[in-house]
Amino acid sequence: MNRRKFLGAIGAAGLTITGAGKVLAGEKPVMGAAVKDVEGLPDSYAVLFDSNICIGCRQCEMGCQQENQLPEPDVDFHDPRIFEQTRRTDWKTYTLINQYDDEAPGVGWLYRKTQCMHCLEPACAHSCFVKAFSKRQDGAVVYDRKVCVGCRYCMMACPFNIPAYEYHIALDPLVTKCTFCEHRLLDGREPACVEVCPVRAMEFGTRTEMLNLARRRILDNPDMYVDHIYGEHEMGGTNWLYLSPVPFPEIGMRMDLGTTPAGNYTSGALGGVPIITAFWPVLLVGAYAIARRKDKIAREERDQYVSRMIAQAGPEVGRKLAERLSKAQELDQAAIEEEVRKALAEAAAKTESEEAH
Amino acid sequence: MTNQHNEHPWEVKSPWITPFNVVAALIVLVGIYLTYLRFTGGLAAVTNLDDNYPWGIWISFDLLCGVALAAGGYTTAAACYVFGIKKYHAAVRPAVLTAFLGYALVVFALHYDVGQPWRLAYPIFVQQGTTSVLFEVGLCVFLYVTVLFLEFLPAPLERLGIKRVRNIMIKLTLVLTVFGVILSTMHQSSLGALYLILPSKMHPLWYSTHLPIYFFVSSMFAGLSMVIFESTLSHRWYHNRMDKSHLEGTPHVTFGFAKAAAWIMAGYFFIKFFGVVLNNNWAYLNTFYGMIFSIEMLGFVALPAFLYIKGVKTRNIKLIRWTAVLTVFGIIFNRFNVSLVAYNYHLPSEMKYFPALAEIGVTIFVITIGLIVFKFIATRTPIFYELPEYKGSH
Repeated sequence: MNRRKFLGAIGAAGLTITGAGKVLAGEKPVMGAAVKDVEGLPDSYAVLFDSNICIGCRQCEMGCQQENQLPEPDVDFHDPRIFEQTRRTDWKTYTLINQYDDEAPGVGWLYRKTQCMHCLEPACAHSCFVKAFSKRQDGAVVYDRKVCVGCRYCMMACPFNIPAYEYHIALDPLVTKCTFCEHRLLDGREPACVEVCPVRAMEFGTRTEMLNLARRRILDNPDMYVDHIYGEHEMGGTNWLYLSPVPFPEIGMRMDLGTTPAGNYTSGALGGVPIITAFWPVLLVGAYAIARRKDKIAREERDQYVSRMIAQAGPEVGRKLAERLSKAQELDQAAIEEEVRKALAEAAAKTESEEAH
Repeated sequence: MTNQHNEHPWEVKSPWITPFNVVAALIVLVGIYLTYLRFTGGLAAVTNLDDNYPWGIWISFDLLCGVALAAGGYTTAAACYVFGIKKYHAAVRPAVLTAFLGYALVVFALHYDVGQPWRLAYPIFVQQGTTSVLFEVGLCVFLYVTVLFLEFLPAPLERLGIKRVRNIMIKLTLVLTVFGVILSTMHQSSLGALYLILPSKMHPLWYSTHLPIYFFVSSMFAGLSMVIFESTLSHRWYHNRMDKSHLEGTPHVTFGFAKAAAWIMAGYFFIKFFGVVLNNNWAYLNTFYGMIFSIEMLGFVALPAFLYIKGVKTRNIKLIRWTAVLTVFGIIFNRFNVSLVAYNYHLPSEMKYFPALAEIGVTIFVITIGLIVFKFIATRTPIFYELPEYKGSH
């Protein structure tokens, strides 16, 4: 092992230990129970979207469609009527622009782009039972179409409602979402949507650079921005970051998601698995042993009782009683007592009649 | 119901053309057509699912309710074999058979719901997503179906006269039962834990970090009530296939299970109540969702618990049987509330999901297959009676 390889190995091990490596592609996943605080991937790629700059031209949508060879859209990319409704991602739309002001469609001043946020701790990756989603070290949350079963739990889990599904496909439907142009990231190139934006509403760089840029913009123009970088901490942090001139809920971004990474919500429950596996047999076999012992003691007490009866009332009555009791063995205690009472009454009656003779 | 019993229940023959068989055949035909639609037109052809509602009634009913209502298997087996309450013995075989079929049908129904059903075993054999709650559910259900199959196996083996294997299986009873309880604890609770990862989409009245515990505890009385409910139906249809010990054991089961269910429901009511207290959810009670929550808790938990107790105290078997039906409906109501009412509660009503007719059709088809297979097995193997040579030997 040469020096470089050695340092690489140390680095990989370190990443796993910090917990950020849990759902990273190629890393050994850590059980949900072992979720640690997320340090983030400071050197991974990130994009900063600025709602102050976006003009709603939808060039990014077109660029995405061409780059990823998506189907033709239902409504032309130049048709402003699209803004009459608020849209979400679907199987032919990885990214889209919505308008959030009260102006006429397409001539407003408040637009926001939607696409996968590329979470640091993605809910989709944590929820996938076949690891079809994974977080790459360069920041992209990627999808492996070759293992996806199509259970759609990722769609349930995603707090940003991003993954969509090919409901119309009969035999091999897939989950679809923005890939961060993963093929371009490998060459260090920015995603297609960023590249085609005519007004540079998006900047591309490392996550640290983008956070610093965002902070600088807020500090330099405090009147233009809400003092919040969306995605810095939301759901444990994302690789897509947002700036807005208005409170984020007004551009359709929830402020109540919290800063807890999705995986932390399930780690407690998953942590119960080893406890149950290890301790339930103890409890259950213990209960079994107690029940067995109780039966044994009951049997012993019964036998003692029978022999005492035999000693007291003579062998004939004792034999009958033992017979009845063994017949009643299957029944419960009440039935046994009933049998005992019957046998005793009979014995008493017999003694009485003998005395009378 | 008479107390007469058939001395030779294994000799009963049933005719082919019965109202049940005719209706079942029609439903199966419709089901086959819907299956064709599903696998030629995709989920869009038969369901109302969309990107905001990736899970519909095939998950809410077929998976969540199916598994909860099949809990009779582990509760009955545990009561009889672990806790040693031998008077419940007569209930074990019907309960284990129902549970086995219930789980098998859950797996069958999932083939309709997932996009690529031939990959359904991938999470177990190809790539394990160990951070996923669904992985735990999948693994446990896979193992538990196997356990239930082994627990059920003695019945057909007795019928076929394969004594040696049958005796080995009987020896394994305790091990299988304990294993079954462990697996049930884990996946019953995990079904609730599925919703833990999406707090932002769930109504606070149903979302709690204790969801797994709620699901596990409610599965217990769901299973017990289902055993009572099924035995009611079985006594109506299969009375002449039951032997003396089964008929004599049934009242023990009905009263004993009713008492146990009431006791567990009382506990469940209070842990749910403390859930409201701990999360400070009082304000939500006075809303539409609060009303649904209150109906669930008062009408489908507190009321049946009370009725069960009343039924036990007054030896009113009829009341207990109707209460079992009420409890089963309550479980369905709860699982639907969690997975469809609480989920996406913030979406405007026009974006909400309501199942398509074809979707409901597939669910009815799946239930019908269950009834047909149950009938097929129950009329051919010693489920409600013991064969003479095995009497009292398990």
